[in-house]
Amino acid sequence: MDKYVTLRSKTGSFSFQVEKRAALILGGLFLCSLLLFVICTSLGSSYIPPLAVVQQFLGIGEKEYEFILHVLRLPRVTMAYFVGAALGVSGLILQRVIRNPLGSPDIVGVTGGASGGAIVFIVFFMGSVSLRWLPLAAILGAAIATLFIYSLSWKKGVTPIRLILIGIGISALMNAFVTMMIVISETAVTTKAYLWLTGSFYGTNWEDVSLMVPWIVILIPLALLLTGIVNVKELGDDVALGLGVRVQWYRFILIAISVGLAGVAVAFAGGIGFVGLIAPHVARMLLGRSFARLVLGSAMIGGLIVILADTIARTAFLPLDIPAGVFTAGIGAPFFIYLLYRNQQRLKG
Amino acid sequence: MNAFSSSQTVKISVLILSFIVFILSFVLSVALGKTPITFQTAIDAFTHYDGNNKEHVIIMTSRLSRAIIATVVGASLAVAGALMQALTRNPLAAPDIFGINAGALFFIVAAATFFSVDSLVQYMWIGFLGAAIAGGLVYLLGSLGGDGLSPIKIVLAGAAISALFISFTQGMLVIDEQKIQSILFWLAGSVSGRELDMLLSVLPFIAVAGIIALFLGKPVNILMSGDDVAKNLGLNTHLTKVMIGVVVVFLAGGSVAIAGSIGFIGLVVPHIVKGITGPNYLWIIPLSALTGASLLIMADLAARFVIMPQEMPIGVMTAFLGTPFFIYIARKGVTKRG
Repeated sequence: MDKYVTLRSKTGSFSFQVEKRAALILGGLFLCSLLLFVICTSLGSSYIPPLAVVQQFLGIGEKEYEFILHVLRLPRVTMAYFVGAALGVSGLILQRVIRNPLGSPDIVGVTGGASGGAIVFIVFFMGSVSLRWLPLAAILGAAIATLFIYSLSWKKGVTPIRLILIGIGISALMNAFVTMMIVISETAVTTKAYLWLTGSFYGTNWEDVSLMVPWIVILIPLALLLTGIVNVKELGDDVALGLGVRVQWYRFILIAISVGLAGVAVAFAGGIGFVGLIAPHVARMLLGRSFARLVLGSAMIGGLIVILADTIARTAFLPLDIPAGVFTAGIGAPFFIYLLYRNQQRLKG
Repeated sequence: MNAFSSSQTVKISVLILSFIVFILSFVLSVALGKTPITFQTAIDAFTHYDGNNKEHVIIMTSRLSRAIIATVVGASLAVAGALMQALTRNPLAAPDIFGINAGALFFIVAAATFFSVDSLVQYMWIGFLGAAIAGGLVYLLGSLGGDGLSPIKIVLAGAAISALFISFTQGMLVIDEQKIQSILFWLAGSVSGRELDMLLSVLPFIAVAGIIALFLGKPVNILMSGDDVAKNLGLNTHLTKVMIGVVVVFLAGGSVAIAGSIGFIGLVVPHIVKGITGPNYLWIIPLSALTGASLLIMADLAARFVIMPQEMPIGVMTAFLGTPFFIYIARKGVTKRG
């Protein structure tokens, strides 16, 4: 039996091969996502039968659960999934671009920059300016931090190690900045800001989701479009140049997508750490190295991780609602250390 | 090292100079603050103290204790950093980078939240425990694998362990929102609002560790010439390393118990000192203590004025001062041993 299935448009201008195994795994991940989505929505301070969740989603639900599902749970679970997807893809791109398995928006300092941008917005503009500008503030912060990190790491080229070290430094600086902003703001803002910083989906509503979705819908397909270029780039800058790929330009676009996704995720969910690190690795274990599959895989795995973390966070210690970031860090830090151990040869020097 | 920095007279004059700087910054720290107090009044507060004079009370309670705490914490962190840089042969080693601050912090906040521990002596022991666990973990992770301790691995492992502990610490905020302000104090680091009596209960441990550190200068010098050479010279390398580890845990853990997480002092100060004296730990350790104390006092002083009438957390100040330095070292390259 053939390992590949070829998909081709009628005119033949658009064609690519799909490996059956990868297609199966992606399909499986999609089913898992649907299943977990329903299960996570039905769990909570009051249990709602999964069937009722599905009915509610299809618009034929009973009035009994409407408030809990429609106002409290569905937007929250949806948001968690999208945030996870954004972080997963953002991490995947970063790991590719800096060719380092330890690349992740939170470790490299992109998340720190986004937090900085968002905290400025929360402290100074919350109330006077519409909330829809919050993601933009976070993205701007992330972009400025990235620019700083990248240019400070530049010394006849950028080595991954230097990039990560400088990222750690900039992260520390941004953390200090955020702490400062929180301290100089009023107590009411302090509590809110801190909850947000640790990464919580508490109180997400449909408006938030509707502000979040456009970014995802634009940026992830954009990453998919760049697939061919990324696969060529994987061979190295010289080869890519030889094949006519404008390396620096595409590297810039890819980083911009990654920064945008990380910024949006931070704007709505705060510091959900380590998802951008784990999701691409799990995706690679399942799907190999082809970029298009990995984008889809990382997105879905990231989404799965975050809805799972958030569900545990809001159900395990009822009536407390723990920030989901605590759980992603709990899984992520040991995983990071495992990667450190696995990749030690590449980290010499 | 060049003739200039190795000359004995230069070193002695540097020692005297840094002592003068330390005294000066201490005096300034007592005299300057939100409430303007004249030097004369400040001196009066010491010579003939008047309990009814508001300014005298401010000097003797808040200002003096602040300056003393900054001295102890700054000196401890700087010495801990110098010893860690020697032990790991890593120019980027420091208590905060090793995750020691975050570890001590996590254990202290957890104890305060779940077991209602609230005496500084208990905080201190818990802080020691947290510091030892986090530091040991990072050291272990950094030395995993065949090629031994590599600077990069340690920094990365430290970043991961810190992220883990800080995230858990922040998670506890949600469990107890009442404590948010006091936990914020630990997270941001502060030398104000602590009574001198509380310091006195921790001081003996830090003092003993500090004195041992002074005597470690010579063994550390020998250790820096490499494990094999040190062994041939008759040094018990294992004992020396364990001693260094214990001293670091007491100094760093004690500092966090007193003042919360204050970063970068342990990283920056030893580098400044090494730049002046060269790689001789007999000088590096005492000079680091003096310079660390001066630097933290000055950072605290600056923290009072930058965003008047509010105060900046001192950990934020040191991060602003220290990050450019960290980046400078990272750019210079961390593979160079020393």
